[in-house]
Amino acid sequence: MFEHYLSSQLVRGIIYCLITALATVVVILLARRRAPGLLWEVPLAELRGILQIVAVGAILAALLRGPAWTSIFVLAGMIVAAASIVRKRAKKIPRAFTLALVALATGAGSILVVMTLTGVIPLKILTLIPVGSMVIANTMNTQSIFLDRFRGEVVAHVGEIESALALGATSDDAVERYLQAAFRASLIPAVDNIRSLGIVWIPGIMAGMVLSGASPLYAALYQFVVLTTIFSSSALACFVASHLVTRRVFSSYSQLLLRG
Amino acid sequence: MPDILVECRNLGRELSSSGQFLLRGVSFGLAQGEVLGIVGPSGAGKSMLLRLINRLDEPTEGTVFFHGGDYRELPPETLRRSIGMVMQRAYLFPGTIAENIAFGPGQRGESIRAAQIDALLAEVGLEGYASRDALTLSGGEAQRVAITRALANDPEVLLLDEPTSALDEASRGSVESLLERLIRERRLTCLWVTHSPEQARTMADRILVLAAGRTKALGLPDEVLSRRMEAADV
Repeated sequence: MFEHYLSSQLVRGIIYCLITALATVVVILLARRRAPGLLWEVPLAELRGILQIVAVGAILAALLRGPAWTSIFVLAGMIVAAASIVRKRAKKIPRAFTLALVALATGAGSILVVMTLTGVIPLKILTLIPVGSMVIANTMNTQSIFLDRFRGEVVAHVGEIESALALGATSDDAVERYLQAAFRASLIPAVDNIRSLGIVWIPGIMAGMVLSGASPLYAALYQFVVLTTIFSSSALACFVASHLVTRRVFSSYSQLLLRG
Repeated sequence: MPDILVECRNLGRELSSSGQFLLRGVSFGLAQGEVLGIVGPSGAGKSMLLRLINRLDEPTEGTVFFHGGDYRELPPETLRRSIGMVMQRAYLFPGTIAENIAFGPGQRGESIRAAQIDALLAEVGLEGYASRDALTLSGGEAQRVAITRALANDPEVLLLDEPTSALDEASRGSVESLLERLIRERRLTCLWVTHSPEQARTMADRILVLAAGRTKALGLPDEVLSRRMEAADV
């Protein structure tokens, strides 16, 4: 039986991974003039991703037999890992790791707690970890876009920001329009996901629920629940980050520190 | 003895990364209604001096006294509302010209009437511009709006950081004439950084010459500019 499993599912899975990885390499080579940095970044990210998901898969298989409370540690670990990834996108923003950690823990953490307490997410390890990981991963992406966009806006508008300061604006007021631009840009994917639900995109969780015997209508409604949960988590995390990031890019005397 | 409005005492700024001093040991007083011209070659620390006085950067040595008190005791926002600054470029905000002009008073919760905005714009030769999009102006027009925006805050001191250096020849002349007229008519207290010794001689009551971040000379325009050594540095 083991041999059969290896020869069918595992080998097939590895072959499929190689085919999709090869497709990304072809696409990157095709577009190498537009984004030369991706030539190494994407293959390395893929290697890292495959090792992580296989390791997590193995851990998950062991955890799924354990009690529900163990998922708290798994989700907390995911939040720490996500904050570490966000920090790399938030170059030149001082103490970006703690900023991302607080924002992710507040955004994803509090929304997951509320959804679990209200019963929206069943208190089962089998649902908490997959749904929680989706919420954390999407919130992480939103955070990365938010901080990257905010940094870009500030660096591109140093003159305007210092002009506002010179006219007596507080640091919060001086960057308000750039916080708004970053906030809006970071939430575009989450909004578009909800908007295109069922038309452009039929996400995996719905297909999985139908395959495991849930009614298609319930599965469809639950997919909406997941996407709106992702939006709430992302928006809350960005809201928290928008308050914290100003303190990182200005001195306590409202002097702009992030200049290039 | 006229009232000293701004006094720099041993003012300096050191770069923490390299230990290099952009400005060091600069001391002078600026009396009410006085125009102090600041001249010197590129990299002399002229802009840094204004940034330190406006507290856009923090001094690493010395301090500035404003109305006799250490300016570090004031909230930066309060200080900056009293010490206006016009930069080399206009850096207007998206929106109308009226919104740009109302920005400063709005920061302290005050509104500025449309008639006041029109009067300010008329003073700088931009009658009827209030509702125009700020980002569609020429360089000279934009700098006039930036000057008006600073004046709308009714500052006690105006810092001018080479406000015409980014303009073409024709706009430069008209904006300089405008500034000269505004300073005379409003009896503004000014620190005017300029590359032009002639402009400094015409407009300034005294001239401060900076070189490599240090005071090279400070005195009456004819005294300072007639000395050959300093003139060569300028």
